[in-house]
Amino acid sequence: MSETTLNPADSGFLVVSKPEKTQALHQARRWEVPGFVLRLLSPLALLLLWELASQTGLLPSRVIAAPSQIGGTLWSMIASGELARHLWVSLQRALLGLSIGVSIGVVAALVTGLSKRGEIALDSPMQMLRTIPSLALVPLFILWFGIGEFTKVALIVMGTTFPVYLNLFSGIRNIDPKLIEAANTLGLSRRELIWHVILPGSLPSFFVGLRYSLGISWLALVFVEQINTTAGIGYLASDARDFMRTDVIVICLLIYSVLGLVIDGIIRTLERYALAWRPTFVRN
Amino acid sequence: MAALDLLNTHSIVQSSAEKAAPAPVQLRNVVRQFGQQRVIDGLDLDIAPGEFVALLGASGSGKTTLLRTLAGLDSIDSGELRVPVARAAVFQEPRLMPWKNAWKNVILGLHINDAKARAEAALTEVGLAHRVNAFPATLSGGEAQRVALARGLVREPKLLLLDEPFAALDALTRIRMHQLIIDLWRKHTPAVLLVTHDVDEAILLADRVIVLANGRIADEIRIELPRQRDSGQAGFQAVRSRLLGLLGVKAPEPAQAASQHETAQEKAAQDSTLSELRRVANARR
Repeated sequence: MSETTLNPADSGFLVVSKPEKTQALHQARRWEVPGFVLRLLSPLALLLLWELASQTGLLPSRVIAAPSQIGGTLWSMIASGELARHLWVSLQRALLGLSIGVSIGVVAALVTGLSKRGEIALDSPMQMLRTIPSLALVPLFILWFGIGEFTKVALIVMGTTFPVYLNLFSGIRNIDPKLIEAANTLGLSRRELIWHVILPGSLPSFFVGLRYSLGISWLALVFVEQINTTAGIGYLASDARDFMRTDVIVICLLIYSVLGLVIDGIIRTLERYALAWRPTFVRN
Repeated sequence: MAALDLLNTHSIVQSSAEKAAPAPVQLRNVVRQFGQQRVIDGLDLDIAPGEFVALLGASGSGKTTLLRTLAGLDSIDSGELRVPVARAAVFQEPRLMPWKNAWKNVILGLHINDAKARAEAALTEVGLAHRVNAFPATLSGGEAQRVALARGLVREPKLLLLDEPFAALDALTRIRMHQLIIDLWRKHTPAVLLVTHDVDEAILLADRVIVLANGRIADEIRIELPRQRDSGQAGFQAVRSRLLGLLGVKAPEPAQAASQHETAQEKAAQDSTLSELRRVANARR
């Protein structure tokens, strides 16, 4: 099948001619395997190799459990309700810490973003606090608040406040000054300016911060739940470590990755509704 | 009976002189300076009710500062200034709130009951009845600028300030916008101050063209050409070369001028065809 013909008469031109597609070509295509099946082949092969290595003793379960064993344990944990119980406890902690942290972050960002005085008073302490890794606060918090639930939630709050604060603050400050000018010529009051211009304009930045905070709240559980706990995904993982249950550890890792996906889906849905005006979401 | 808006507290002007038809805009010896530089230097200006004034001037001549002052976005350092409170401004960029659809943008900041009906009426006037609920991101440049115009007019301004509102539009859209602005001006009869770089645009639209240089009025020309004006009209070229002379541009040979003009228009027409195609393609998607 010649696609490009060059003959002396055409010198100096690029000539492209393609034969019309025939029926035979279409029929040949019908037998092709869909792309996603092909993409699944290599992970499946890896899983199969892993199972084989475990069965033959090449991979001892002390290092990592066999996929079949992980599947079995997962099933029994789901069936007994054990997994749901731990998940629920972790979810409550994460959500409580997150909602307090995000609220503090939003209020602080509004104070510093909307007033010069607020910025002078509040921004530098916030900037100082944000550089302290929340892990470094664990000993101090235990001394102050004991090893109860308060410390755990407080650590999540510490981790989730600053991403929201920083992003919302910069979102408020980076609103196009031309829009603010337009609002002024339209005679908007200060309150209307904040409600109709500044808040909607900084919403995309807020969502960036929220995304970070959600991730952090979930990550914080891993170490927070190693402090004197009897329930939660973090507890499950550290408990499994003590008993060398590699299958349970893998299950915990799986839960983290699945939850990451779920969180991302939730944020995407929220953005689709709240930021419907953005060019990426707008449909004609 | 436009209320007084005083940006300068030292000088209170009473409108005693012209009781019958007070000029909506009155500037007396107005000075605005940034550091040592006097951007507006002792400017006197009157705009009559319903008058269409175009402001020409090289970059840095103070025309944008003057417009911003009249819009209430900038204050003055000394002198006397009177402008109606009922004024509206349209800028080079539409400056619509991206998160509000067209009709909500139009009535932003208005406190009225039949807001949606008023917005729809204003949008119909500018030919956008079918785009009432559209977000700014889906509007073409010309459509967005028409929404901005509707947003200005719905406030029933006594003074309409236009800061190069057609500069970013393609040539074909600009021609349509010129017609639209004249129609709306005739219907609503606000005084208009149009800041522009385009000498032809100034001659096409304005009753009076003011040339600004070094922060004061260098010269002004009353355009007596009958409307509908077009650049082929008798007398148009004479006014044009006079204005270009005032702006310090040597009027080129007519033939050369025409050819340059044509190429620019051709290019703009091509651009607009492309953007139209792109819009159609987007709409199909």
